[in-house]
Amino acid sequence: MSARFGTLGEIVAAHVRDGQSLALEGFTHLIPFAAAHEILRQGRRDLHLIRMTPDLVYDQMIGLGCARALTFSWGGNPGVGSLHRLRDAVERGWPRPLELHEHSHAGMAAAYAAGAARLPFGVLRGYAGTDLPKVNAEIRHVVCPYSGERLATVPALRPDVTVLHAQRADCRGNVRIDGIVGAQKEAALAARTLLVTVEHVVERLEPALNAIVLPHWVVTAIAVVPGGAYPSYAQGCYARDNAFYRRWDEIARERERFAGWMARHVLGCRDHGEFLRTLEAA
Amino acid sequence: MSYTPDEMMTIAAARLLWPGCVCFVGIGVPSAAANLARLTHAPELELIYESGTIGARPEVLPLSIGDGELAETATVVVSLPEIFAYWLQAGRIDVGFLGAAQIDRHGNLNTTVIGDYAQPRTRLPGAGGAPEIASHARQVFVVLKHSPRSFVERLDFCTSAGFLDGGPARAALGVAGRGPQAVITDLGVLRPDPATGELVLVARYEEASLTAIRAATGWPLRIAERVELVPPPTAAELRVLRVLDERTRRAHAAARSGVLARCGANP
Repeated sequence: MSARFGTLGEIVAAHVRDGQSLALEGFTHLIPFAAAHEILRQGRRDLHLIRMTPDLVYDQMIGLGCARALTFSWGGNPGVGSLHRLRDAVERGWPRPLELHEHSHAGMAAAYAAGAARLPFGVLRGYAGTDLPKVNAEIRHVVCPYSGERLATVPALRPDVTVLHAQRADCRGNVRIDGIVGAQKEAALAARTLLVTVEHVVERLEPALNAIVLPHWVVTAIAVVPGGAYPSYAQGCYARDNAFYRRWDEIARERERFAGWMARHVLGCRDHGEFLRTLEAA
Repeated sequence: MSYTPDEMMTIAAARLLWPGCVCFVGIGVPSAAANLARLTHAPELELIYESGTIGARPEVLPLSIGDGELAETATVVVSLPEIFAYWLQAGRIDVGFLGAAQIDRHGNLNTTVIGDYAQPRTRLPGAGGAPEIASHARQVFVVLKHSPRSFVERLDFCTSAGFLDGGPARAALGVAGRGPQAVITDLGVLRPDPATGELVLVARYEEASLTAIRAATGWPLRIAERVELVPPPTAAELRVLRVLDERTRRAHAAARSGVLARCGANP
């Protein structure tokens, strides 16, 4: 295996710093939970978190106070309701105030695509008639030089670090993703540093002309973490634990219960394997 | 056969979809209504979820917008930048189906905050795909429960534009979509006045009196000269919806045992 492989602990320690902007992407599918938990265990602080759908993964990070800012476009527990830790941070500044950079999905997708292309901004027919530009000064407009049409713009997203979870990589570090691909490719190529966790490593990736392959030379480091997207899912490996997403609503509702849960299942565990075993035993 | 107001709302929404209609749906009632239509009168319905799954035919209703079920049954799965730019913005969607926490008399929607944005009383999930669905879908159907808390005189925040202040305001935005053309609630159906964009009650369910509907609306509601009665659910509609709900309930409650086995993690 190439030198870019390491344990999750090693690659997080080597590449994630306090104060950085960090995009853990994956639209419902392939959410890098294991990497987020490791970042929490290593005590990273003052992060600017970027993610279209903060999901449980950022609810956990925000609830433990490691984020100073959040760039996002939809912050709920899908099909269940609120992200209670995100709400507590926004409504009551607990455990610390959170600066919001709020977009629509279309705007944020355009911002990632611009970052991947190293353009200064993304352009879209977007935000028409909405109040979002009033609360997010980053949403601006340009006049099309060809037609005179007024178009919305969003500054390119260039995360210091993007973290993805994928089904597999080969020995050289080429990464393959199947299923719902979200904005992973754009977030990966927009980043200065790209970390990837994978379910497993294969000798050779079967030829697939249209599945997403991130060539090894854009990947900074890889760790093998089976179950690394749990409780979200990895198509072809394991399903989304919808029952857990429902249960999270009660776990995260009160500060104390949330803190206790995180202490027992995340902070108190050595690694992701142990995290999964504590859930098995719970 | 007795039924609940929620069932009536889902069924009334499903009836508005037609075979071959290309429908961009969100999670919740929109997804339930669209799948009910697909399983009853509109099998050729083309369902698009914002996770990039085009032509999804889920066996159970997805809990999230990106459940594996959607990818497995889709004709094609595309990326998010593609679904929003090449499909939605390009004007390929017939119907966008939206929910909301608040709606006003011109069909503008709030899914962002209750109270002040900087110091909200309740922080809601936010925009997601809604602002651009509201602009680019040829027409928008809105589904939400009727109450004075949701049908408000003034939105706390405008997340997605309907007819803005009414009259020519939407046309001045320069967006291609015609905006909200139906609002389906648990009491009846509202449609916009073609000239002013103001929502008018055009149909009600048998159990819902005009008095109750007025009381559940936070502004003096305009009532059409002739208010239609929405036919109650047929036995077939109710049966298909209940079977779908039951199948979904079981699938989502599936025991979370075997996390390790499913993940292939070594103890």
